[in-house]
Amino acid sequence: MRSIWRTLDPGLWRGVLAIAAAAAVNGASFGAIAVAAGNPLWVPVAMSVLVFAGGSQYMAVGVVASGGSPIAAVIGGLVLNARHLPFGLAIGDVVGKSLPARLVGSHLLVDESVAFAMAQKDPERAKAAYWACGGSLFVAWNLGVFGGALAGSLVSDPNALGLDAVFPAVMLALVLPALKEAGKLRPALLGAAIALATTPFLPPGVPVLLALLGLVAVPRRTGTPETTDATGVTA
Amino acid sequence: MTIVPILVLALGTFAFRFGGTLLRDRITLSPRVRDLLATGAIVLLVALVATSTLTKGHAFAGWSLPAGVAVGGLLAWRKAPFVVVVVAAAATTALLRLAGVA
Repeated sequence: MRSIWRTLDPGLWRGVLAIAAAAAVNGASFGAIAVAAGNPLWVPVAMSVLVFAGGSQYMAVGVVASGGSPIAAVIGGLVLNARHLPFGLAIGDVVGKSLPARLVGSHLLVDESVAFAMAQKDPERAKAAYWACGGSLFVAWNLGVFGGALAGSLVSDPNALGLDAVFPAVMLALVLPALKEAGKLRPALLGAAIALATTPFLPPGVPVLLALLGLVAVPRRTGTPETTDATGVTA
Repeated sequence: MTIVPILVLALGTFAFRFGGTLLRDRITLSPRVRDLLATGAIVLLVALVATSTLTKGHAFAGWSLPAGVAVGGLLAWRKAPFVVVVVAAAATTALLRLAGVA
């Protein structure tokens, strides 16, 4: 088996490391916020290792800090993370077949690793990109959280550094090529419109799941004759 | 916060992740369904881009954030290296905020 190091070109590695650097600073901010909200050091640290889903971690800590119940925090976080199920269905192949690979690989399933994998044409590269991105983010995020929780308010506001623009910009860069493929753009735009229109009214996470309704805009058949269905091959 | 909600959130999140990858392996998918799943993942990713670019909580995020993402997206479209996309997006948003743009 070829090594992940050699399968990925330097440009892709630099991209992964740039995202990891942003994740470390973001993690430091989460660690600092969690400790500032009155949690002991182990809470953000354990959460980041075990949950490893930044959005739901911010939400859970925020809900409890603002007087909400832990049950509400857990439900909110789970709704936010429900998208990982369809993500796993879509990219399950790149995770690996053996049980250890699947256990570890599933834990590394985050938005960025999915997007990196889907941006690759060849399955070998998709696998390498997935593990490189997921692994780098896991290390960077957890080191960041630990550092931030230790240092307290070292990074009080990552938004002042514009770091909240990194996540959407990276995801956009990764999905751009896929949007040129036949039958992808219209469902994506419809889904995004649905998510944006429902964001003011629905709890976080739900609008993104509702975006899947955009799949109704997938063309029934990608311009192929009837015989393709019988053979099970679509163009 | 205690260890119990953390463990429940962790186990539930892992169940979503693991369940998805396991199902992918256990069920035989027609190429049509496989294509739909790939499209579904793209739809989810684009929806994440849209909501995390334009909204904060339940409201509009302000102009500095979408401006930074737009600069990053434009550079990506012009095939700029990844690092450039990341740095330009963050720098644009940070500078606009420094200049007082919301």
